[in-house]
Amino acid sequence: MKERHDLKHALRRLLGPAGPEVGCDVCFAELDRFVELEVSGADADSAVPGLRAHLEGCPACREEYDSLHALVGGERTL
Amino acid sequence: MSALRTATVAEVEPALSIIPAELADAESRAWLRSLRGAGVERDEAVARLHGLLLRAARFEVGRRRPALPHLRGGDLDDVANQAADDALVAVLRRLDDFRGASRFTTWAYKFAIYEAAVKLRKRAWQGREVPLEPERWNPLPSAGLTPEAEAEQSELVDAVRNAVDTGLTPHQRRVLVALALNDVPIDVLAERLNTSRGALYKTLHDARRKLRRELEEHGLAVLDILEGR
Repeated sequence: MKERHDLKHALRRLLGPAGPEVGCDVCFAELDRFVELEVSGADADSAVPGLRAHLEGCPACREEYDSLHALVGGERTL
Repeated sequence: MSALRTATVAEVEPALSIIPAELADAESRAWLRSLRGAGVERDEAVARLHGLLLRAARFEVGRRRPALPHLRGGDLDDVANQAADDALVAVLRRLDDFRGASRFTTWAYKFAIYEAAVKLRKRAWQGREVPLEPERWNPLPSAGLTPEAEAEQSELVDAVRNAVDTGLTPHQRRVLVALALNDVPIDVLAERLNTSRGALYKTLHDARRKLRRELEEHGLAVLDILEGR
């Protein structure tokens, strides 16, 4: 149901990720390693615990992650 | 991140430390060697690095362009160029931070993407009021609900509103309302409140933890809703 989806979406934004997460500074410091591990098919989540949770909770870091992933992933497929 | 200070390239001295050879690929080591070198070799490496950063900044600007219809092509190109310039300064200043955990180019790209993304968010909010006041928030959508769902949601909304109003400090409330309810970009809020992205996110994180605890203490099935049960 759409309203249920809207409610979930609003609650997610309010409450953020449930598990432990890194902050914005650690996210920036580790982002290049995390993205390269992902692009190469390695287990990025084990290597950098808490970064994916942060991406769920921080739209700005999420945008930058998406862009770096798209840029690096695009280069690898060339 | 927020600690990135703008400076001219001339202010940045070549970093002196040497990266352990086993931690970086050959191409990355070549970048470091050239950027830590002198004369024409270094100048050429800096120019190549700027080109690389400009490419990444333009990539970011291109991705955000559909969401920024009020910005003209010239404005966007200015943003990309400024982002590349600022990223170049940041990369050269922080060369010692590169530990070879990724390729050098990937490490450098993130500075250009960061600089472009922050500038675009600030441009998009230039001249706009930043809503910080809790009374302006409209927390959860309610249109089109069935009576049963409306009752369930009403109880939850009341509990959330109460937890926000009484369980948080005024600063936590302002930050939560602006970032999580009114979609103010974190960099824009950081600038208006004269703080950093990292400090604001810590405040948001603490506020969210408090909210979650309060709702769970009241027996509200927040997790059930979030997990779709």
